[in-house]
Amino acid sequence: MSTVVTVHNLGKKYTLSHRQGGDHASLRDMLTDGISGLGSRLLHPFNPSDSGTTAAEDFWALNQVSFNVRQGERIGIIGKNGAGKSTLLKILSRITEPTTGSVRIRGRVASLLEVGTGFHPELTGRENIYLNGAILGMSRAEIRKNFDRIVDFSEIEKFLDTPVKRYSSGMYVRLAFAVAAHLEPEILIVDEVLAVGDAAFQKKCLSKMEEVGSEGRTVLFVSHNTGAILQLCSRALILEQGMLTADGDASVVANEYLARVTAVPTEQFLCDVAPNTRVWIRSASLRTPEGAIAGTVPMSQEMRLVCRLTLAVPANITLSVQIKELNGTPVYHFPNADSGTTLPNQPGNYQVEVAIPPLWLYPGKYAVQLTLNEVAGQLYEMRQIVDTLGFVSGQDFAACPRTLGRHAGLVFAQVNWQWGRVA
Amino acid sequence: MSKEETAQPEIVIEPQRPVLHYWRDVWRYRELFLFLVWRDILVRYKQTVIGVAWSVLRPLVAMLTFTVVFGLLAKLPSEGVPYPLLVFAAMIPWNFFANALSESSGSLVASGNLLTKVYFPRIIIPAGSIVVSLVDLAISLAIMAVLMLWFGYLPDWRIVTLPLFLFLAALPVAGAGLWFAALNVRYRDFRFVIPFLLQFGLYVSPVGFASTVVPEKWRLLYALNPMVAVIDGFRWALLRGAAGIYLPGLLLSTVLSLALLFSGIWYFRKSERILADVI
Repeated sequence: MSTVVTVHNLGKKYTLSHRQGGDHASLRDMLTDGISGLGSRLLHPFNPSDSGTTAAEDFWALNQVSFNVRQGERIGIIGKNGAGKSTLLKILSRITEPTTGSVRIRGRVASLLEVGTGFHPELTGRENIYLNGAILGMSRAEIRKNFDRIVDFSEIEKFLDTPVKRYSSGMYVRLAFAVAAHLEPEILIVDEVLAVGDAAFQKKCLSKMEEVGSEGRTVLFVSHNTGAILQLCSRALILEQGMLTADGDASVVANEYLARVTAVPTEQFLCDVAPNTRVWIRSASLRTPEGAIAGTVPMSQEMRLVCRLTLAVPANITLSVQIKELNGTPVYHFPNADSGTTLPNQPGNYQVEVAIPPLWLYPGKYAVQLTLNEVAGQLYEMRQIVDTLGFVSGQDFAACPRTLGRHAGLVFAQVNWQWGRVA
Repeated sequence: MSKEETAQPEIVIEPQRPVLHYWRDVWRYRELFLFLVWRDILVRYKQTVIGVAWSVLRPLVAMLTFTVVFGLLAKLPSEGVPYPLLVFAAMIPWNFFANALSESSGSLVASGNLLTKVYFPRIIIPAGSIVVSLVDLAISLAIMAVLMLWFGYLPDWRIVTLPLFLFLAALPVAGAGLWFAALNVRYRDFRFVIPFLLQFGLYVSPVGFASTVVPEKWRLLYALNPMVAVIDGFRWALLRGAAGIYLPGLLLSTVLSLALLFSGIWYFRKSERILADVI
């Protein structure tokens, strides 16, 4: 098998400027730097270190990352929020330039960093198929060739000549994915696409990607979902603070990742920088009912998940908590809607507490994943995933004097045995 | 295998990509360019109820205003041409300049989502909005034809030089458009600067009057505004050489426009590398 992607010593530096009043420089800042400042700004427009009014700090989103990808390999990239996964994909998709190092790619690349990029609400389904296809890199001839198959796959034939602004969000996503699914690249780069849509749709996406992989094409796939990575990928990489810290067989690496994530079970997630500008989770921690940060929680005891979040704009949000085994197998899942709770939808800072009843999990480490979604119509858009929480379920000898082994089960149940003589 | 390799050249991603590959990519993405232009034209006329009527009405009303103010009230010389024609011949390139500049300067910010999700040579975005403005220009030319028939003032052989002046109009549009598109991403204040600039420009350019009203000794200085030569050229080509053409000014304008264009491309390319990071 030949090597199709060579990543060598890749690095990407961002300069964080600690500036008051938003991301965008104003002309006033530029003018107050004086005429000499203005001249150098025009010559080096994006180098804030020229400016005396801002404090700048370098931040390496990616640092000395090197790996090779052979033809037909399916590689999963795992890492915490801010570990550099998206930056890596953006460099591979040529959206942004690296600061150091190089990437060599042999073959036609298609990147799916979002479903439905460039869809225009005023245009009809038919027009959007052509437009979106072109944006994803298909030629007009290719789109025409695949047109009928795209329409079939999306199941929207009747609405082909209706502007997509009149589509339900389900139809919209189906059409968008149908176009993406008919790309015929040699190398496919996929990011978080599966975070949008309902479970049935996610399943459809996964099986389509499996199909792509089995056709001998190369797939690079970023996901928070170690389960999806295990299903799709043969090899996985871990990114931590911009560095590549593991590379190998997918199942080995996925286990390694979950073990590392929960290595410090008392870890509290903290995020001071807004990962997006609308809604975000500031901090999250698992606590005992008394409020102490929980490390080991006896299996018969309650826990509390305490989460602080910020809404910068009015937004309908949902939070869901998923408890997983370290190999990624989901054990529990509780979205707020299941409890009939509606979360705040007005701008502000909030603290949300989830009282988790005794889960009776067999002793061992478990990972907790917190997902913040924004809901627009029927469409769920993932805004943030906190996947750095975990806890150790501790044996409760009062409930069960026997030492419980994980090979025997996962959830403990206090059952009632009875017997009687029968004729 | 080696055959495939020649069909699929290796993509190299590293800091400071060579220039040559950029222009090769621009050519490779020509279909996307056409699709984006097609989208903008479609959307433009789908969204507005009176669509095309709007493109007809606006220049006509502006032309009437100028004719009344400068021709009837101020009684400025009309070089023997019906004053409405004199004004409209100038309005065609000026409106193209104004529309294309305001559209292209906001174009990158407006397609921010696209820029952070897909790769393509970014220059096709502002270039596309300039091409879209050509549709309005075509409509204006059609109105001009009707007006000329109405006044019984038909053009002579000089009309064949019109494409040349159209090309001359496109140079400063593209140059300034690229500058402002890139600057706008970083300094959002530029969205306030441009309307001001265009309003001001309308009065310092010879749109409402013939540039012959400018004293001879100031003509060369006046040509520092690249639209002066373009507007004079349009009048010369459409109106049987009326208002004449001032050659030193034409040359100066052309040189300045080219300088603006090349510096625009240079600055745009420079800004493009980090566009997705700062938008």
